[in-house]
Amino acid sequence: MTTTEILFFILTGIAFFSGAMVVMSRNPVYSVLYLITMFFAIAGHYILLNAQFLAVVHIIVYAGAIMVLFLFVIMMLNLNKDTEPHNPPWVKIAAVIAGGMMMATLVGALKETATPLTKTNYDTTIGTVERLGNVLFSDFLIPFELSSALFLAAMVGAVMLSKKNIH
Amino acid sequence: MTLSIVLVTFAGFWFPLIMAGLVFAVSLGVAAYSTYVERKFAAFLQDRLGPSRAGPWGILQPLADGVKMVMKEEIIPNVSNKFLFILGPAIAMLTALMTGAVIPWGPKINIGGEWFSLQVADVNIGVLYLLGVVSIGVYGIMIGGWASNNKYALLGALRASSQMISYEIAMGISVITLIMLSGTLQTSEIAAQQHGFWADGWFTWNFFKNPLTFLIFFICALAETNRTPFDLPECETELVGGYHTEYSSMKLGFYLFAEYVNMFISSAVMSLFFFGGYNFPFMDELSNHPNLVAVIGAASMLIKTLFFVMVFMWIRWTIPRFRYDQLMNLGWKILIPLSLANLVATGITMWATGKIG
Repeated sequence: MTTTEILFFILTGIAFFSGAMVVMSRNPVYSVLYLITMFFAIAGHYILLNAQFLAVVHIIVYAGAIMVLFLFVIMMLNLNKDTEPHNPPWVKIAAVIAGGMMMATLVGALKETATPLTKTNYDTTIGTVERLGNVLFSDFLIPFELSSALFLAAMVGAVMLSKKNIH
Repeated sequence: MTLSIVLVTFAGFWFPLIMAGLVFAVSLGVAAYSTYVERKFAAFLQDRLGPSRAGPWGILQPLADGVKMVMKEEIIPNVSNKFLFILGPAIAMLTALMTGAVIPWGPKINIGGEWFSLQVADVNIGVLYLLGVVSIGVYGIMIGGWASNNKYALLGALRASSQMISYEIAMGISVITLIMLSGTLQTSEIAAQQHGFWADGWFTWNFFKNPLTFLIFFICALAETNRTPFDLPECETELVGGYHTEYSSMKLGFYLFAEYVNMFISSAVMSLFFFGGYNFPFMDELSNHPNLVAVIGAASMLIKTLFFVMVFMWIRWTIPRFRYDQLMNLGWKILIPLSLANLVATGITMWATGKIG
């Protein structure tokens, strides 16, 4: 096995284990911490694909900002007593079926992609900042600008919702 | 095989490792002696003597402190989560030391005909790597504060994390301004662009091109390292000790030490981004002696960095602490709009002067 393969299997193992632990931990703080571990494992996968920009942005946005806020809210609400109620069995079964269908859809979609990526046809520069910037500001300029407008609207909306009295 | 070939093969393989060890040693050494200098400086400002017993002028004080920290009894609270309690200071120390990897500490050095850069890893997204490591640094404090199972520790951790998140935004925007100016995410390239001191009728260092960006970055760096006037997470009068209330022995030492390492690294980042990094005036006159340039360059980088460490201390012993609402007002209502306006103004100026199409 090459070093890349060894790293791939280690990262996959970490990702699977922590992904399962996110669901199985009773304490919500542990769930969040396992989710952060999983994000790091996935960032490792991005680096293996030579997409360093994606990896670092993934860490900054998800692990560095969103999960800090998650942890913040959970600590603030003091949810660290194992108070989570037991769900009835049908909820668990429904969740498993829904998740399984999602996975089936994803696997089907991936099988349909025209050229499966192999070692020979994978373009290693596809994840670099230069490539990404060129594509983002030429081919995908309008979706990019629209999504930023959407973010701005969401931000203003969040501020409006959190204000107590609006005159 | 001649000696030089042996030397080159040896250096080619080992140089990054040696460099990594060197960066570790220098960061830790400077951090250790920062504690001594800080106490001496505080004593000077308050008309005292400061540490003076261990060695001449108290120069062995950091060693004595270290031995004391290690020898002290270690107490882990019964009700806390042991693993997370230990993980907290470990993460704080780890993230503090990780940032040194992408900083170019000097120009290229010539060993037996081969060129080596005085940098551990010259990744092409160095600036983002710095931001990423800074953004996960908050976990050390949060996990430690929560695992202590103590309300003061939790409040301190919450304060620290909300403060760091708030100031990360303004810091990020000021870094974006800098990236716009230099057009690269590679730290070695940012340093190389500020070559020398004076070119084309103006200073080459970024500070002189955009001082406001530096000001915003500096204020945010103070907040990110939890230094006065932003040291509310460990405000003694309100929170006992803040997030490290329950910590003792070397785990407390790691938290305190991580603050000094962070201070050193953020000073290095400031001198790299805004004050030319390893560049110094009249370096082109010495271009026949590249190794001399490398040595003086590394020294000038270190001197600039230590200068900023000194400014950090100076501020700590001069300015009182903010109130919490003042801190949040400054972050959200002043620094973020200011940095956004700065970003737009820089963009317009660059467009007007024809730097971008």
